[in-house]
Amino acid sequence: MYDVIIIGGGVAGAASARELSRYKVNACVLEKEEDVCCGTSKANSAIVHAGYDAQTGSLMAKLNVRGNEMMEQLSKDLDFPFKRTGSLVICLNEEDMPGLQALYDRGVANGVKDLQILNREQVLEMEPNIVDNVYAALYAPTAGIVCPFNLNIALAENAYENGVDFKFNTEVQNIRKTEEGWALETNQGVYETKYVVNAAGVYADKFHNMVSEKKIHITPRRGDYCLLDKTAGNHVSRTIFALPTKYGKGVLVTPTVHGNLLVGPTAIDIDDKEGTSTTREGLDELITKAGQNVKNLPMRQVITSFAGLRAHEDGHEFLIGELEDAKGFVDCAGIESPGLTSCPAIGEMVADILKEKMGLEEKENFIATRKGILDPDTLTKEERAELIQKEPAYGNIICRCEMITEGEIIDAIRRPLGAKSLDGVKRRTRAGMGRCQSGFCSPRTMEILAREWGVSMSDITKTGGESRLVVGTNKDTL
Amino acid sequence: MEVRNLTCINCPMGCPLTVEMEGDEVISVTGNTCKRGDTYARKEVSNPTRIVTSTVKVTGGKADMVSVKTREDIPKGKIFDCVKALKGVEVKAPVHIGDVIVPNAAGTGIDIVATKNVEEV
Amino acid sequence: MKSYDIVIIGGGPAGLAAAVSAKKNGIDSILILERDKELGGILNQCIHNGFGLHTFKEELTGPEYAQRFIDQAKELEIEYKLNTMVMDISHEKVVTAMNRQDGLFEIQAKAVILAMGCRERSRGALNIPGYRPAGIYSAGTAQRLVNMEGLMPGREVVILGSGDIGLIMARRMTFEGAKVKVVAELMPYSGGLKRNIVQCLDDYGIPLKLSHTVVDIKGKERLEGVTLAEVDSSGKPIPGTEEFYSCDTLLLSVGLIPENEISRGMGVEMSPVTSGPKVNESLETNIEGVFACGNVLHVHDLVDFVSQEAATAGKNAAAYVKGERGAEGGRDIRLNPVEGVRYTVPVEINTARMDENLTVRFRVGAVYKNCYVSAYFDDERVIHRKRQIVAPGEMEEIKLTKEQLQQYPDLETITVKIEEA
Repeated sequence: MYDVIIIGGGVAGAASARELSRYKVNACVLEKEEDVCCGTSKANSAIVHAGYDAQTGSLMAKLNVRGNEMMEQLSKDLDFPFKRTGSLVICLNEEDMPGLQALYDRGVANGVKDLQILNREQVLEMEPNIVDNVYAALYAPTAGIVCPFNLNIALAENAYENGVDFKFNTEVQNIRKTEEGWALETNQGVYETKYVVNAAGVYADKFHNMVSEKKIHITPRRGDYCLLDKTAGNHVSRTIFALPTKYGKGVLVTPTVHGNLLVGPTAIDIDDKEGTSTTREGLDELITKAGQNVKNLPMRQVITSFAGLRAHEDGHEFLIGELEDAKGFVDCAGIESPGLTSCPAIGEMVADILKEKMGLEEKENFIATRKGILDPDTLTKEERAELIQKEPAYGNIICRCEMITEGEIIDAIRRPLGAKSLDGVKRRTRAGMGRCQSGFCSPRTMEILAREWGVSMSDITKTGGESRLVVGTNKDTL
Repeated sequence: MEVRNLTCINCPMGCPLTVEMEGDEVISVTGNTCKRGDTYARKEVSNPTRIVTSTVKVTGGKADMVSVKTREDIPKGKIFDCVKALKGVEVKAPVHIGDVIVPNAAGTGIDIVATKNVEEV
Repeated sequence: MKSYDIVIIGGGPAGLAAAVSAKKNGIDSILILERDKELGGILNQCIHNGFGLHTFKEELTGPEYAQRFIDQAKELEIEYKLNTMVMDISHEKVVTAMNRQDGLFEIQAKAVILAMGCRERSRGALNIPGYRPAGIYSAGTAQRLVNMEGLMPGREVVILGSGDIGLIMARRMTFEGAKVKVVAELMPYSGGLKRNIVQCLDDYGIPLKLSHTVVDIKGKERLEGVTLAEVDSSGKPIPGTEEFYSCDTLLLSVGLIPENEISRGMGVEMSPVTSGPKVNESLETNIEGVFACGNVLHVHDLVDFVSQEAATAGKNAAAYVKGERGAEGGRDIRLNPVEGVRYTVPVEINTARMDENLTVRFRVGAVYKNCYVSAYFDDERVIHRKRQIVAPGEMEEIKLTKEQLQQYPDLETITVKIEEA
């Protein structure tokens, strides 16, 4: 019997777990995939929003601004990449200025600091690749970019270090009320708990509706993205948003923390909660729309495209709190943009709710920091040489595009909640994320995975489940 | 009379060749642009041959597999027999280029030989 | 800091041939840096035959061809380091590299030969829509798995792209027990050699669908199938022509890109057409003493030509180190590719430095039948060679001689073009 079970190992679940792990509590995260960060958290814009978008007074607005404020310290505590690069909302026509002004006003009301409306010259001086017909822009210096994988993984690792259990490949199928709390029926047996945190992303409505009469509805809103090579990474140095106009919402163009350029997303409402398939129309739309605000985009430099699903709740608001008609069941639902930005604050809020309900006491031995995978690029030549002498695996480059060493990959596998698949290694180290898209390194990373886990090459998967990379040996069916 | 259609492989033209045959005898070759097409067609209909290349497992070596080939051309119809003759074959390192891996593969009279050196660990 | 006369980046066919040639031209201090665990480069996984007809007058497999050069390099006692990744090269030719034994180290080179080869275009570069399951490989990755590790990436295969690696892999996968259902090619012609189409596809009844591409990918975890559609002349899929193929494997053979990240880092000027360095008659880049050869310079279809080109680079690097380059006072003649000719290697010829004979290599942009390959020395047509066919898949060449150029003392530009008959 757990005190708390959190359904979902995305950023909301992991942040909740991490904040909860400050207290004396027996908690567990159930994740249906083989790793954390496998749903909405892994495929999004990787933006830390300033906080002028959400309606003033909404929970979204509050947690966005708070999450933004927390992110910098959290990135230092948990050692994940975050850069406060700033953002621009581009306005192309004088007639749309009221819209830009409204964003500014809303931002100020939401408590966003240092907002500024820039004129054409100021914008072009800041970002020379903005289209020539730019009229003005809203500049938000507090906006930033983050590595969503390592944010999510860092939160989970730190929660684990502080005693939270993680059960992977464990899919909740049904939830029953019991005398002491809740029984969660999964494909791996029944888990009993006093409290449930429903951080199930696009599936949060399913679990909510199992226990509550006040139904909610979440639409998977698909967003297609294109990721461009690092040679295009300096095309803009801030996140460039389009001002929503009567013609639509537009797409953003942003550098990533690792130096690539990201273009996206589309917004296509679908029914399939697993529908992360990109479409030709979606990708074409990106190419057209991205060019509306940023000129000379080198779309030939696209190295991959992908799609993620936002968990869009009908009311477009974060639903965080204990359900009135299901005591002990805490929703953490409708976590769409700015969910990534807000996640530190979401975790804090969820933990506060549980602390109050359950009367939790703080631990004396909470470990507030976590060390990420060593990035040898951050070392001096001398330090690096010394490291290789001690650990020769750091002298062996596996991913030649991103220059990732065997040492980093081994670390990714051996650390708590370590990588089990190619994608697990990729999200932790960037091995395979570069311009050749793992063409060269995948067989070598597979070998390391097989060796470290003591399994055969044919057991290695791309991303768990049935995603095996090889199916047999030569001539085995002849 | 039998008609066989082939594509000439001598150059990127890829001339579509038509070969008219009476039993085993070639009556005519048409469609070719040059003499090489004629020669190719006559060989391909009377005695088509191929080199077969594949791999076999190596134990105790610096590599897991060693590449192999039929030392000479074998009749086209025997390709799969030669490949199957390699199923389950394992050799011990060291292996050197030219080492016989399977003698007289599938009764063709042609040996399958290693095409790579694999040193012992 | 250790120093060498010539540091060669890459120990594949280009690097090996360049090293052998430099050594034979009098340079003893040579170091090859190879990132893989053995010399020979990509030839080690190209186990099919057909290599070496030009160089050795016999048909070898890739590993055999590589071994001929490895043997020469070893006989000549050329130094090399394996499992060694070059991290960067400075404009002053300080090579920073890394491996397990030596750690991070720096080498001062007098001359550098870039011979890093190329990589395959990925699915991402094509922007193929659909899911991103396991089972989608570039043909070369599958080739490595099957030929080097003995592992089968899948059982039912669709191949996109009819480049030679894709065609070769169609036959390889068939031999190892897989069913290859179809090869789709976006262009109205194949990028591969005719011989490979016949001997890798036709022999096994594998259909080749020209002007087709993959428009959707099905399967969330492991690939379950792909949808092919016909494309119009601009390469756009034609609605209504979609056809679903169930398969667990999609191999991509959709083009090769020279790997020039290191070259760019050191300031080498690149050709946007080849994605390789712009070089002069000596195969020297804009940085003096930095040479390039093989697939890092421009993608070749025959390794024999790689070896030839690399030997030239090695010889020129040796001459550079020895200070024995052609007399000063030559003129620079520009090469101008137009009308069907996409690029030339080299882009410039110095009349003093050039050898007696010079091969200019190029590719055409489309298939031309009954045409002429022509070279104009300024306005005068000097070369006019009848060709039954030229195609993008086969590298072309024209030969120039020093004597010939000396007859045109005012020559500024040599224009290379394809002329219809």
